[in-house]
Amino acid sequence: MILDEPHRPSRRGVLALGTGTLAVVALRPVAAEAATRTESTAEAIRRFAGDAEIRPGRIHLDLPPLVENGNAVTITVTVDSPMSPEDHVRRIAVFNDRNPQPNVITAHLGPLSGRAALTTRIRLADTQRITAIAETSDGRYWSTTADAIVTLAACLEG
Amino acid sequence: MARTLINVPKTAEAGAVVTIKTLISHPMETGFRPGADGRIMARDIITDFTCLYDGETVFRAELFPATAANPYLTFTLRATRTGTLSFVWRGDNGFAQTETATLTVT
Amino acid sequence: MRRAASLALGLALAGAGNATGISAAEIPPTEIPPAARRSGFDTMSPAIQAMQRDETANPGLLWVQEGEDLWAKAPAADRPACAGCHGAADASMRGVAARYPAYDVESGGAIDLQGRINACRRRHQGAPPFPYESGELLGLSAYVAAQSRGLPIVPPDDPHLAPAREAGRALFTRRMGQLGFSCAACHDDHPGRRLGAAPIPQGHPTGYPLYRLEWQGVGSVQRRLRNCMTGMRAEPFAYGAPEFVALERYLMDRASPLPIETPAVRP
Repeated sequence: MILDEPHRPSRRGVLALGTGTLAVVALRPVAAEAATRTESTAEAIRRFAGDAEIRPGRIHLDLPPLVENGNAVTITVTVDSPMSPEDHVRRIAVFNDRNPQPNVITAHLGPLSGRAALTTRIRLADTQRITAIAETSDGRYWSTTADAIVTLAACLEG
Repeated sequence: MARTLINVPKTAEAGAVVTIKTLISHPMETGFRPGADGRIMARDIITDFTCLYDGETVFRAELFPATAANPYLTFTLRATRTGTLSFVWRGDNGFAQTETATLTVT
Repeated sequence: MRRAASLALGLALAGAGNATGISAAEIPPTEIPPAARRSGFDTMSPAIQAMQRDETANPGLLWVQEGEDLWAKAPAADRPACAGCHGAADASMRGVAARYPAYDVESGGAIDLQGRINACRRRHQGAPPFPYESGELLGLSAYVAAQSRGLPIVPPDDPHLAPAREAGRALFTRRMGQLGFSCAACHDDHPGRRLGAAPIPQGHPTGYPLYRLEWQGVGSVQRRLRNCMTGMRAEPFAYGAPEFVALERYLMDRASPLPIETPAVRP
């Protein structure tokens, strides 16, 4: 039974919990909301890819659609590539659109990587869209996106 | 010294692609959070991770405040010869740590 | 401090009744029967379950590793390391966390794993206690508890623990704080339902010390209990308070026979 859906942090919700029971829960922000974004996601992507065309395809981004705690979210990025000296992935970058800062990670790979695959754990300050972009050795850029809904724990330490 | 957990296959066949997993203890303080006194705590993150195979860079990653505390990173490399893998983390406030492991190719 | 009998709570302590852990006949009607007990692991997302299970990904293992180093390290040149008396932890510490808190003869009351480690430092190593929630105390506790990973929690058959058990049970069901809540009001009466977006777990301390994503690090069961009390608008007991040790004893009885998961991962 979802009695209150705290999509936004730093709000005090009064949650009714069953008959005759009442819980008041303080909700705190996962990341400071006051922080202003240093750069837009579009600007950060342009800083990565320059003026090159970015097309969909070849890159895959796995992340859980429903996130219980945005402090550590496992993501995996893979790119379809033979990873040969002639045809490989040079860089993979991941961007967010709701954290205080748009960059998540930028990885540098090459034929010695064998496969174009990486897994890491990232922070998501809020429900948002994640974008992954790969640069292949022919200078082309490939992208994909995935959305994550970040729910908040009811009883945060405060 | 930060604690690290590095998982490298003990042996690999020549030409096989192996997965390397790394974990290092670090708060990855974002620089966006207020501390107990209400003031924003200074950023303190790992900014760069490099894996070298007998001295040659095979994987590198630039990290940002969006990396979770105690950074976890897995990647792959093609095992070509028995050699030394070096793992180098660098970051704010002069953070620098290097760990090594041997990859034995059969 | 550790004497459960010194609890200034005006609790009616059990007499010389049967204190051989728990049997079906003793379980109060509101308590979750053993066969229905579920770890909080079961209601986590597959992603966080995988983080706990994967020995190469579980960040709690960084703390376990610290504990492993401390286990072998003598606190001073003329003092034994933990290993100096206890030998290899995988043999000597196996099953220990599954039966703690235990009765401590010296203090005449219940003692939890963290208390035991610090008591050992004082009595046998001539060393000052590690502060609560320090990397050292969490690390050593996690290392010792991890030796019991997968073993079922077995309440010790020790009548000396009866006062702590009863005090812990009374604390669990006692309404406290500005909201007039009790532990039982959530964890006995409403497990499986949701508080906001979060599932209410049955509240079993099977994986402590554990890595909580919210904490971005490892913490003790006492940190979690203080967290709960703050949420109830109650003033939390101090770290190491006998009330917490009594609660831990009762919670472990209440969690039996679930297996130890240390180092668990929770959201």
